[in-house]
Amino acid sequence: MPFIANTDAQRREMLATIGAGGVEDLFADIPPELRCKGLDIPPGLTEQEVRNRIAALGEHNSSGLVSFLGGGFYDHFIPAALGAIVSRSEFYTSYTPYQPEISQGTLQAVYEYQSAICRLTGMEAANASLYDGGTAVYEAIMMSLRITGRRKVIVDDSVSPIYRKMVRSYTGNLGIALLETESVEGLPDRDAIAAQIDGDTAAVIVQNPNFFGCLDDVADLAEMVHARGGLLIVSCYPISLGLLKTPGQMNADIVVGEGQSLGMSVSFGGPYLGFMATRMKYLRKMPGRIAGRTVDSRGREGFVLTLQAREQHIRREKATSNICTNEGLCALTSLVYMSLLGKRGMVELAGVCARKADYARSLLLKVPGVTMRFPGRWYFNEFVLNLPIAADKVIRGLFNRGLAAGFPLGRYFPEMNNCLLVAITEKRTKEDIDFLAHSLEVIL
Amino acid sequence: MIPEELLFTDQHEWARVEGNIATVGISDYAQNALGDITFVELPAVGENLDKGDEACAIESAKAAASIYAPLGGKVLEVNSDLEDDPGLINSEPYARGWIYKIEPSDPAQTGSLMGAGKYEEFLAAQEDH
Amino acid sequence: MKLIFDKSVPGRRGIRTADHAGGAPVPIDKKLLRGEPADLPELSELDVVRHFTELSRKNYGVDTGFYPLGSCTMKYNPKAADLVSRYPGFADLHPLIPQLPGGEVMVQGALAVLKETDRLLSEICGMSAFTMQPLAGAHGELTGAMIIAAYHKHKGNAKTTILIPDSAHGTNPASAAIAGYDVKTVASNADGVIDAEALRAALDDSVAGMMLTCPNTLGLFNRHIKEIADLVHGVDGLMYYDGANLNALLGQCRPGEIGFDIVHLNLHKTFATPHGGGGPGAGPVGVVERLVDFLPTSVIRERADGSYYLDYDRPRSVGYVAPFYGNFAIVLRAYAYILMLGREGLVRVSENAVLNANYIMARLKDRYDLPYDRLCMHECVFSASRQAAGGVRALNVAKALIDRGFHPMTVYFPLTVPEAMMIEPTETESKETLDAFIEAMIEIADQAENDPEKVLACPTTTPVGQLDETLAARKPDVAALGRSESTDDR
Repeated sequence: MPFIANTDAQRREMLATIGAGGVEDLFADIPPELRCKGLDIPPGLTEQEVRNRIAALGEHNSSGLVSFLGGGFYDHFIPAALGAIVSRSEFYTSYTPYQPEISQGTLQAVYEYQSAICRLTGMEAANASLYDGGTAVYEAIMMSLRITGRRKVIVDDSVSPIYRKMVRSYTGNLGIALLETESVEGLPDRDAIAAQIDGDTAAVIVQNPNFFGCLDDVADLAEMVHARGGLLIVSCYPISLGLLKTPGQMNADIVVGEGQSLGMSVSFGGPYLGFMATRMKYLRKMPGRIAGRTVDSRGREGFVLTLQAREQHIRREKATSNICTNEGLCALTSLVYMSLLGKRGMVELAGVCARKADYARSLLLKVPGVTMRFPGRWYFNEFVLNLPIAADKVIRGLFNRGLAAGFPLGRYFPEMNNCLLVAITEKRTKEDIDFLAHSLEVIL
Repeated sequence: MIPEELLFTDQHEWARVEGNIATVGISDYAQNALGDITFVELPAVGENLDKGDEACAIESAKAAASIYAPLGGKVLEVNSDLEDDPGLINSEPYARGWIYKIEPSDPAQTGSLMGAGKYEEFLAAQEDH
Repeated sequence: MKLIFDKSVPGRRGIRTADHAGGAPVPIDKKLLRGEPADLPELSELDVVRHFTELSRKNYGVDTGFYPLGSCTMKYNPKAADLVSRYPGFADLHPLIPQLPGGEVMVQGALAVLKETDRLLSEICGMSAFTMQPLAGAHGELTGAMIIAAYHKHKGNAKTTILIPDSAHGTNPASAAIAGYDVKTVASNADGVIDAEALRAALDDSVAGMMLTCPNTLGLFNRHIKEIADLVHGVDGLMYYDGANLNALLGQCRPGEIGFDIVHLNLHKTFATPHGGGGPGAGPVGVVERLVDFLPTSVIRERADGSYYLDYDRPRSVGYVAPFYGNFAIVLRAYAYILMLGREGLVRVSENAVLNANYIMARLKDRYDLPYDRLCMHECVFSASRQAAGGVRALNVAKALIDRGFHPMTVYFPLTVPEAMMIEPTETESKETLDAFIEAMIEIADQAENDPEKVLACPTTTPVGQLDETLAARKPDVAALGRSESTDDR
């Protein structure tokens, strides 16, 4: 049998030690009428057969599409050294580091990851990871409720519509007032938000760059919400922080985001990486695992999981969150990625993305009938085009030319049927961009 | 030795009533069971607590406990020394390890609490259990 | 060992990005830029590889040695499952493609994997349908609790409470609470399982459902499980199966046939995903027919021509719980693993998992107290009470195992057993490995009697000794900040 070592002879010996006549006897506690009558599942296949079958299924997926899809999930280059390090089985096949003496590798890596996330976002404390960017927004909201003891949160509609749907699912039964404000000209509407903030507002949630790719300085929003005792939550795209003003510099209280772009493939939806960082004063209100630096009995430096009294295995129904298994290996991946690129490499990468996007924008705007949806805004690597016809039609037409041209915004914003969200990463070459612009011109 | 003047709950909180002020903490037995205290989440001054309400929480490295109000009333003062040195609860549970002070709303509530002697009997019965 | 930040050498570079417009200004308003770059390390590729290789050597994984961590199912995970999860046809597939007009035809292979895994897991668990969206076990629990809420809302039931046994994992009460429920704890009886009388006493019309692990966290199968389910169903409560211990039941019995309505599975425990030092995992949730409408959005459906599509039009659904279709690469591993095992292999998993656990129990029960002396399922729970009387506690036994080359068992859980030591050997371990572990446990028991100081001094072979967790929690140091963050005085 696959993956089972014991021989029949060994099994007989073990049964004799137990004092059981056969393996069946070991299941005597299950009443016979509750026993399974057999599974309608095919017989086992060899490794070779399974690999062939899955490779064949993989070929049923589109490959070779030149993709300008983003929307929060980006196709960045992944260095070879990353896979080599992260697949080391000492990291890969270990459990959550509850036994610190034999988990210093994982624990130090988590501490370094937390440090790197703080340095990237301009914050003071980070946790060991959450599932993804969407659940991270939800956890940040719950954290803001705990900190403030209030029941109202304001989410701008320039935050990912996918995340907003997730937050609505999670908070539906909790008696929380979840208000959405409508953005104007691609940015959160200050007046609309100011009108909503009151003494029961726990937090305002914005995204930068936002879902439309527009850049903002939200320091004024921080001031506005702080004046009423609430918090500012900012969701961000970590690659952009190679260049952009950090949420910390803008006085955010909780920073979250999707870490997939830091060395993880898009993998049809996961696994991804939710990251979260905050101010030291809110550390104990943060959900999730946290690694801390301490010393052993001989004064040697070491790392442990700390502040565990907030967590489900101790606090049970009073825990800050139910999270247990998180995205440990993905957090390690992002740390290795940030280390391989390094201080200069992150700046360089962000610069290349921004300049390529600028080039793409200038070329695409030369196509007759194509305009910027939000003129006068600043962008990082993603932007919204107004097309002369429905974006759906354009997408179909460009699929035939081997292009995934972007995301048609009509799916989530009905009034934006002619709008296409286009993302550019360092992996898109000048030729790819030229071909996109040329193809768009041909089909329009 | 348990100070004679203290009154106890069966959840191991103590109260020392002096005039119209009651000081609240946890017993030596409780601090010992929790281990080294790492953090005390203090109640808010001015908060009104009913008897039996969760007043605050105490954490050690591997455990957490809720502290329930032995007496109802308004929180007058909290022991801010615990913010820097939560270990005071371990070293001096009945003195410098006090947690908060309240103005009891109903002095008659002390009737339901145990005196020091009775609490010691209560602990002994628990040990046997 | 130095932090990676402390190894930084100004000017040193690792991975470069081709920058044909190098030096050209960034097309963004300066006011929107950060000024100082993030203070990340400056290292060569080799520096980084050496740093993490050195770190990895301070770790212990299943590939290193025996890892009998109770409740965690640390079995060997076949490498083929990892390999297929990295096939480019899947790894490079953008999750938004099927949301594009005409995009569904480009993801048929991926949708087939999700749908076929749904069918396989449904068959294994006796459920009607699974969602692959939940991203970990606890996330599955939350999804399950949301489904319970959606069901009662649909029926117009005013339910407020979820029942949970005292031996449950902490995630159960935490998940129920964040879904908006009150948690009521139900006591176990002298046999270590839910007490039918205690349950009757706790049951009333406010009960929305009950969350159970089966076998429970003591590794015991509750013979009265059907009766318990009937009681809960009697108040229109739903029975939730926490799949943490499914490894014991694969092919032996199916949660759907013993009274459960909702199931979550931990693919990273039972179905071939290595734990990764704390994830990622996946927590698919399965339901019986009457709950299918409440599953998260989207669901995958099959057309008459055999093609698949995503259905987003589901008015009763709990909504989105993940951004897309779940941790796809984890689901893909489970799919490959189930195909390799087949129906026979699945049954052998549970048989050998249970055999291995009972073998350890039989050989150690003279030396360690066994609070529930009866056949166990896939794990057994001892108590170190006898040793603790002489000063050697469960934690010390655990640390003594480290010095003997083994990963410790789970200690101090379940909370219902004093000095608990929870051992789950899994099916993939050989008798030789189990024997070596048993010898080590006997040696520790001897030493606890004759020379307890020696046990208390463990571990002595690790890079660090017992760490000061109190200091870590009193004066938290959770990040080495860069120059710009640490000078901040906000």
